[in-house]
Amino acid sequence: MQKYYQPEIECAPREVIKKLQSERLAAQIRRVYDNVPYYRKKMEEKGVTPDDIKGIDDLYKLPFLSKYDLRDAYPYGLLGAPLKDCVRIHSTSGTTGKRVIAFYTQHDIDLWDDCCARAIVAAGGSKDDVCQVAYGYGLFTGGFGLNGGSQKVGCLTVPISSGNTERQIMFLQDLNATILCCTPSYAAYLGEHMKEMGLGPDDIPLKAGIFGAEAWSEEMRQSIQETLGIKAYDIYGLTELSGPGVAFECSDQHGMHINEDHFIAEIIDPDTGEVLPEGATGELVITAVDKEAFPMIRYRTRDICSLTREKCPCGRTHVRMSKPKGRSDDMLIIRGVNVFPSQIETVLLNNGYAANYLIVVDRVNNTDTLEVQVEMTPDMFTDDIGAIQSRQNALVAGLQSMLGIRAKVTLLAPKSITRSEGKAVRVIDKRKI
Amino acid sequence: MSTKQISAFLENKPGKLSELTSLLAANGIDLRALSLAETNDFGIARMIVDDVEKASAVLANESFIASVTEVLVFAVPNEPGGLNRLLTEFNKANVNIIYMYAFIGRDTSRAYMIFRVSDTASAERALSLAGLHPLTQSEMDAI
Repeated sequence: MQKYYQPEIECAPREVIKKLQSERLAAQIRRVYDNVPYYRKKMEEKGVTPDDIKGIDDLYKLPFLSKYDLRDAYPYGLLGAPLKDCVRIHSTSGTTGKRVIAFYTQHDIDLWDDCCARAIVAAGGSKDDVCQVAYGYGLFTGGFGLNGGSQKVGCLTVPISSGNTERQIMFLQDLNATILCCTPSYAAYLGEHMKEMGLGPDDIPLKAGIFGAEAWSEEMRQSIQETLGIKAYDIYGLTELSGPGVAFECSDQHGMHINEDHFIAEIIDPDTGEVLPEGATGELVITAVDKEAFPMIRYRTRDICSLTREKCPCGRTHVRMSKPKGRSDDMLIIRGVNVFPSQIETVLLNNGYAANYLIVVDRVNNTDTLEVQVEMTPDMFTDDIGAIQSRQNALVAGLQSMLGIRAKVTLLAPKSITRSEGKAVRVIDKRKI
Repeated sequence: MSTKQISAFLENKPGKLSELTSLLAANGIDLRALSLAETNDFGIARMIVDDVEKASAVLANESFIASVTEVLVFAVPNEPGGLNRLLTEFNKANVNIIYMYAFIGRDTSRAYMIFRVSDTASAERALSLAGLHPLTQSEMDAI
């Protein structure tokens, strides 16, 4: 079976990758300096010219780009290619601020499709597979990205998009889909729905899932793997950087390989901007070295993770990023403590609860309150109120030891938390500051 | 002989109990006895019904979480000291009560006490030595 989609680049020696990155970076910087006034101005403010950037060792000299730049330059200010050469746009949902519109030339679409194709092959995909793409199609990058990758690999591609869960299950069965692509929360919901229909993992031929577009915990992976009877692979990306496929998991599943021929990764201290050494945890910064329409130089992803260049048993040589704990935007500061929703998810799943939960933060008498609402499950129910309360107390203690602060746990009736077909809404912050 | 009781999880919010009772009503299920246990955010409705299998199926179908547990039902004379005599025997037999509730049937000379105990089988054995026998399911149905 094919192990890599583009072995010559995915398994290239480190020196080759570094040389390629350096050449592409120098050319990219010259291009944006010459063609994008916004970048030229930022570089001038920092006193950097394209002559200063000879290779990746000079990367640190360049200014960062943040979501504020994207907001200021909306919609065309960061366009790196003439609009007539662009063939498509995608856009973020705009829930956490101003919508981002990303532009693509045909070259950009091709490299993005390649990145997704690498992810599908790494998850065991080949021409023989049927790939059901249950990410949303449209402005969201998930559907089109995996669709493009799946066609490149030669899978029979089922562009079912998100929603209509019964139809999803029917297609999984009738077309013998072997690979499922969607958000992890939707995969969990599909599993739950199958259970209700009396279907188990053996009733569908799925073997792998490629799940991304939201932060999810290792425990959630285990639970999806069990209910769907598959191996679940993580995929990482941002609309700003093309979409899913910036990084993907191989069968070894110790971090996601960043496609380094297209993206240079750095980890910085989010407060000072200082570049941190390999292995340190900080904010991921990505430079897209050969994207034409929407170049992105030192883009601050707000995702908190670490990098390792240690040799991966899978044979790929590209750097691996750890599963992000969540976007720094998702991080809640509660009573001065940093809390990621994914930490709460870990504790819930470890205590036998389902991954359907809602985090409610409020401020009462000038003190932050944290409430975790979770659904009661048939397995946990007993008519002995004391037994339920001791489970509730165990959860409170688990959250306390994970987060360092006390949370209130509220048990809800089944199905009272709305299921998501795309990115799940996990947090309600009622604080008015 | 133990009796089957059905318990359902309810959020402690207005309207939740009536969702349960309207579902039972719509399916023609008769409540023989009912007790509510509550905490700040949730409660448990414990019920003796005329058709426990049907009630189970109806609740599961509407996404209620419910479970069936074995309880012991004893008849006591409806007079001062009636319950006390029974509990004295429980005490002698060292039976631990988790919770209990009571109801009265058509014949008001007797009251019925429903007990959930730590260990139903050994409680039944110990109490039968004292000549105390819980109601059978058919005796229950006849009340």
